[in-house]
Amino acid sequence: MQLDSLYQEIILDHYKHPHGRGLREPDTAAGQAEPHVAEAHHVNPTCGDEMTVRVHLTGDGDKARVSDVSYDGMGCSISQASASVLHDLVSGRTLDEALRLHEAFNELMTGRGQVEPDEELLEDAVAFAGVARYPARVKCALLSWMAFKDAAARATAETAGGN
Amino acid sequence: MTSDTRAAGRHTGMPQYADVPRFDVAKVRADFPILTREIDGHPLVYLDSANTSQKPRQVLEVLADHYEHHNANVARAVHTLGTEATEAYEGARAKIARFIGASTAGEIVFTKNSSEAMNLVAYSFGHAGAEVDPRFRLGPGDEVVISEMEHHSNIVPWQLLCQRTGATLRWFGITDNGRLDTSNLDELVNEKTKIVSYVLQSNILGTINPVGEIVRRAHEVGALVMLDASQAVPHSPVDVVDLDVDFLAFTGHKMCGPTGIGVLWGRAELLDAMPPFLGGGEMIETVKMEGSTFAPPPARFEAGTPPIAQAVGLGAAVDYLTSIGMDAVRWHEKELTAYALDALTEIPGLRIFGPEVPVGRGGTISFALDGIHPHDVGQVLDAEGVAVRVGHGCARPTCARFGVPAVTRASFYLYTTTEEIDALVRGIGSVRKLFS
Repeated sequence: MQLDSLYQEIILDHYKHPHGRGLREPDTAAGQAEPHVAEAHHVNPTCGDEMTVRVHLTGDGDKARVSDVSYDGMGCSISQASASVLHDLVSGRTLDEALRLHEAFNELMTGRGQVEPDEELLEDAVAFAGVARYPARVKCALLSWMAFKDAAARATAETAGGN
Repeated sequence: MTSDTRAAGRHTGMPQYADVPRFDVAKVRADFPILTREIDGHPLVYLDSANTSQKPRQVLEVLADHYEHHNANVARAVHTLGTEATEAYEGARAKIARFIGASTAGEIVFTKNSSEAMNLVAYSFGHAGAEVDPRFRLGPGDEVVISEMEHHSNIVPWQLLCQRTGATLRWFGITDNGRLDTSNLDELVNEKTKIVSYVLQSNILGTINPVGEIVRRAHEVGALVMLDASQAVPHSPVDVVDLDVDFLAFTGHKMCGPTGIGVLWGRAELLDAMPPFLGGGEMIETVKMEGSTFAPPPARFEAGTPPIAQAVGLGAAVDYLTSIGMDAVRWHEKELTAYALDALTEIPGLRIFGPEVPVGRGGTISFALDGIHPHDVGQVLDAEGVAVRVGHGCARPTCARFGVPAVTRASFYLYTTTEEIDALVRGIGSVRKLFS
């Protein structure tokens, strides 16, 4: 196996210069709707990597939108870069779109390298296609994405509870 | 000075080259078929023996021969194969007893691994009832002492025991140099202490821990002492009588033997007094619906069909190691450790956890590379054929003590060469280049 397929330039870039890192409070400037905020903390017990993902969800039902995804954690280049890509891809999307992205990324990562990624949908995340061929590293790539899914579910439950 | 006095003078200091027991590493390597493997076109450099060791042909052949010619259940069949299997199984027990200096084979209890051996002892504590030996009674106000340097298998069973019984768990700390901090020994181990259980050689730091002073103090206050010797028995001569401890646990797969076989050694008199842990076949004396009586040790602690072929394989591993000589194994690893510590401390941004001198430590070296996660280090090394352990090494508190979530660990054994350490150092160079 070629190491280049795992450590693509895009991944190393996101790792060295992460986007959207650091947990953020909702922007409560005048005129902004107060979002529902929820977070999830996930751990990879095999390596001790940890990731907290916080989701700001604005609006309800079909109109629910992920207004921000922020995160903090420690871990390897793969787990940190995938959190940076998660932030880029998912922030600002409707909840439906975000969950579709999650599904596509999950499918790519668990596809043992047999899944042809949809570049238009996944953008930078296609760089992780090579990671899918390293079973020991798939969990690293999915760490923030799984935490995102949990956090989004909690935020959604909160919107439902609020109604 | 005459040449005679010079010659005599040489022998009063450090051991000289010729004084040290040695073996031919190339010849040893030829015994291990897996060492000829290639990984992605690179020769395999296996530096993960603290995780599990590789197996020599001598062990693999004994395993195959057992299954092909002698396979039967033990201790219950009257037929020829049953007798042969029983003799092989009990013969292995005797070999292992000799290997660690146990006074009788009956002091060797076969388990599936070190974890089970330590759980066995932990579960023997805390039984209620006046008929239980007071040494195994545990309750609120009593204390169990472990250390911050333990593998999870010597932490969690004691945490569970303390939760069950209301006893208090306490522990030795670790010094900045990666040694066991025994400065508070007399306070930590006191009249309330029922058992002290700690690691003889750390699986992360490589540190070889002191035994004499701790055993002396523990026995002075009437506490038992158990050693987790999983990383010690494979790498150096161990004599349980010299150590003067009460229990000792180790596992077969780290010492050239198969997986699925571990050992609890216990002083005969203590095993006799110890209540059973797992119930089932072979561990009983007589069973009635109203209640049962139990077999004497070691059978009392070996419920069900044991790992027979694995025990026989471990016997073969002990024969193999004995033929090389454990003194020679220890020296070989000491020299490798000195070589590796020299080379690794030269690398900028590399931090070693544990002693940086090859004294009072074994051939297990954990390190961090500035700003680069161990998973990434391990992955790049693997691409060059170098197999190391990355993660918390099942000793999370040890890692936390040094402020890191995970480490990269290289560990050596009798088949490791200095060329392999050179390959590790070259691999670390590649890691630094990729992530710089």
